[in-house]
Amino acid sequence: MKYFHLIWAALFRRKTRTILTLMSVLAAFLLFGMLDAVRVAFNSGGDAAGVDRMVVSSKYSIIQGLPQSLVARVQATPGVKNLTWANWFGGYYQDRKNQMVNIAIDPNYFDIYPEFSIPPEQLQKFRETRTGALVGESLARRWGWKIGDKIPISGAIYPNKASGDTNWSFDLVGIFKARDEKQRGAEQQLFFRWDYFDEANSYGAREVGWLIVQVADPQKSDEVAKAIDAISANSDHETRTQTEQAFQLSFAKQLGDIGLIVSAIMGAVFFTLLLLTGNTMAQAVRERVPELATLKTIGFSDVSLLLLVFAEAVLLIVIGGSLGLGLVSLLLPVIGAASGGMLQLPPVGAGTWLTGLLMMIGIGLLVGVLPALRAMRLNIVDALAGR
Amino acid sequence: MRKFKSFLFGSGLFLVILASVALWVMLPGVVLLGLAVLLAAWMAFTRMGRQAASVTWVGVSTLRQRLGASSVIIVGIAGVVGVLVALLAMGDGLQKTLKSTGDNETAIILRGGATAELSSGVTREHATLIAQSPGILRDAEGKPIVSAELVVVANLPKKSTGTDANVEVRGVGPQVWALRPNIRIVEGRRFTPGLREMIVGKGARQQFVGLDPGSTINLNNQQWTIVGVFESGDAHESELEGDVDTVSAAYRRQGFQSVTVRLTSPEALDALKASLASDPRLKVEAKTTLDYYTAQSEGLSKVIRVVGITIAVIMAIGAIFGALNSMYAAVATRAREIATLRAIGFRSPPVIISVMLETMLLALIGGLLGASIAWLLFNNYTVSTLGSNFSQVVFQFSISPALLWAGVKWALAIGFVGGLLPAVRAARLPVTTALRES
Repeated sequence: MKYFHLIWAALFRRKTRTILTLMSVLAAFLLFGMLDAVRVAFNSGGDAAGVDRMVVSSKYSIIQGLPQSLVARVQATPGVKNLTWANWFGGYYQDRKNQMVNIAIDPNYFDIYPEFSIPPEQLQKFRETRTGALVGESLARRWGWKIGDKIPISGAIYPNKASGDTNWSFDLVGIFKARDEKQRGAEQQLFFRWDYFDEANSYGAREVGWLIVQVADPQKSDEVAKAIDAISANSDHETRTQTEQAFQLSFAKQLGDIGLIVSAIMGAVFFTLLLLTGNTMAQAVRERVPELATLKTIGFSDVSLLLLVFAEAVLLIVIGGSLGLGLVSLLLPVIGAASGGMLQLPPVGAGTWLTGLLMMIGIGLLVGVLPALRAMRLNIVDALAGR
Repeated sequence: MRKFKSFLFGSGLFLVILASVALWVMLPGVVLLGLAVLLAAWMAFTRMGRQAASVTWVGVSTLRQRLGASSVIIVGIAGVVGVLVALLAMGDGLQKTLKSTGDNETAIILRGGATAELSSGVTREHATLIAQSPGILRDAEGKPIVSAELVVVANLPKKSTGTDANVEVRGVGPQVWALRPNIRIVEGRRFTPGLREMIVGKGARQQFVGLDPGSTINLNNQQWTIVGVFESGDAHESELEGDVDTVSAAYRRQGFQSVTVRLTSPEALDALKASLASDPRLKVEAKTTLDYYTAQSEGLSKVIRVVGITIAVIMAIGAIFGALNSMYAAVATRAREIATLRAIGFRSPPVIISVMLETMLLALIGGLLGASIAWLLFNNYTVSTLGSNFSQVVFQFSISPALLWAGVKWALAIGFVGGLLPAVRAARLPVTTALRES
C-alpha cells in the first residue's frame, strides 16, 4: 500500500493513453453489466418466485386447461397449505401492438402472492365487483388509468358470450404494487375475476389454466408434487406439479439460450479487451525501462518490480471496470423509466459485481504477465545504457 | 483566448465527426464507390495527392514494426463487426423464415381481432361458409382449395436443453397438399386421415428428441406415430402436421382456429373480403398469408435488431478508444518523420489523409476479418425461439451480402473516427518542437 502513489503516478504518466484505455475498459464492462442483467432477468424466474409455491399445470401442453373440480381435491392433499388458480386470457388494449398480460384470478390470489401490495379496501371492492379488474401501478401509469375507469380489452382467446366477439370490458377497482423494486416487471399485468370469466366466456367449461399451491413445508415439496400428480394419473387431464421457479425457467429457456449468446458476445469483447490493454501495458513498460532500472538501482527487488507492474495493470482494469459497472447501475433505472416500465432489468446485483471484479482482476493479471516479467528480468546495466 | 480557440476547434471537429458518421450511414454503396474512385484519382493526378500517396505508403510499409498496436485496431474492429453481423443475421434469419411462409396467393382467415392462430377460433359451420366464398381457387374436381386448421401446442423435450419445450401441432385438411405445394415429403410418407399419424417438419425433427420416422410420441395422452419428414423451407418446418379431424378428436376440440385458402389471383382477396364482410353470421378477417406472417416476425426481429445495434454501438465506442490509442502512439513515434516532411514543404492535408487512410486500411482488414468469422461460424446456423403461437419457431441465421457490406461500413466508420483526431494532431504538430523531440 505504501507504493500506491508510485503505481498511481506510473498509471497517469501518459494521461491520454491511460484515459483512452480506461474508456475502452469502461465500455467493455458497461456491456458486461448490461448483458449480465439480461441474463439474470432471464434466469431469475428464480428470485421472483416464492420458495413455497408450486404450479400445477397440464402435463401435455400449456394450452390445455384443468377441470375446476381438481381444486377441491388438490386442497385436500396433505402438505398443501393454501391454493389459488388462474387462467391466461391475453388480448390487447386499443391497438394490436399493445399486447397485454391479462389473467383471470380468484380473489385469494393475493394471499399466496404477498409480494404484491394492494390497499385492503380495493381488494374488498374487487371481491364485490363481478367485472372488477386490478392492474399493476406501472401499467396504470403507462396508459393513464385511474380507479373507476372502464378498460376495454380486445382480441382475447375467449369470446364473450354476451357480445359473441372478443371485446371485453372491465371496471378498474384497484391498483397493486410490487413490494420489491426488482419485480416491477410484474406490475405489467391486469387481473380480473375468474368466476366472471368462467361465466361470461362462451367456451365456459369450468376450466382453470393452472393452480398455484402453497406448501406448508418447502422441504417436502417433492412429495406433495407427487401426491398432487397422483390425483389425476391416468385421467384425461394428467398434471405436472413443479416449483414456481422451474415453471418460470422453462419459459425463459424456450426463448433461446440467452446464457450462451451472452457468453459468446462477452467472449469476443474480453478477448479484444485483453489485446488492447495488453498492448497499452507493454507500451507503458517499454517506455519506462530506464525508470524501472533506476528503481532497481536504488534497491527495489525483482519481485517488488514484478508486483508493481501487476498492480498497475490490475488497477487500470479495476478502475475502468468499476466505472463501467457503476455506470450500468445508474443507467438501468433510467432505461426502465424511459421505456415506461416495459424494459425492467434487475439492478446490478452482488453476483454481477463479484463476477465482474473477478474478471477485472483476472484480465489485469493476464495483461500484466509479460510486461511484469520484463520489468522483473531487467538487467540494470543494459537498461540504463539504453540497450 | 487561446483556450477558447482550442475549445472552438475541438467542438468543430466533434461536429465534423458526427456529421460525417451520419452521412456515412445514409450514403448508398454506389456513392461511396464514387468517393473512393475520386480519392484514387486525386492521389494519382495532383501534386498534393501524390504527396499524400507517398506519405501513406511510408506509413503502411512501416506497419509491420508496429504489429502490436496495429493488431489492436484490427482485432477490436473485427470483434465489433463480428458481433454486429451475427446478431443482425439472427434477426434477418427469423424475419426471412417467417416472411417466406406467406405469399400473395393464399389468404388466412382468423376470427376478427385475433393476432395469431392460437388466439383465434372459427366454428365448423363458419368454416363451411368460408369455403363457399368467391375468389377461392378450385381444383380439377371443382372442390375449393381450402384447409381449415387447428393449432395446438404440445410439450416435447428439446435436444439442446433436454427440458420440455412447446412444439406446434397443426391439424390440416385434406386439400393441404394443393394449398401448400412447397411441402415435400423427404422421408417416409404422408399421414393417413383418420389414423393417429403425424408428419414432422425438418426443423422440428432437428430441435426435438424422438421425432424420427417410425417413432411414437405422446400427444395429450395418446400415442401417435411419426410416418414421414417434410421440407418446406419456411416456418411450417417447425411443426408437426396431422389430419385435422383426428387432432381435434385427440384434443377434444369442436372448431378450428384458422382457415387458409388459395386465391384465384392476388386481386381476388378483395372479393373474398367483401363476401365475408357481407355475411352477418361471420365475424372474421381475411388477409394474405404474406401480411399475416410479416406481422408475426415484426416484433421479435425488431427487438433483435435494436439489441444487436445497441451492443455493437457500445463495442464500437470501446474499439474507437482502442484505435485512437494506437494511432496516437503511431503518430507520436513518427513525430520526427512527420515534422521533417512538413519542414521540407509538405502541406498538412497529405499528412492528415495519410494517417486517416492508414487507420481505415486497418479498419477495413478488421471489418473483413470480423465479417468472415461471423460468416464462417454462423451462416445457416440453426436455432429456435418462442414464436407468436407460443411454440418453437426454428430458423437459420442468414448472412446476406448486404449485411456483410453493413459490417464493413461500420468498420470504416470506426476507423474514420479513430483516425481523425490523431491525424489532426499529426498535422498540427509544431515543426520545431517535434524535430527536437528524441
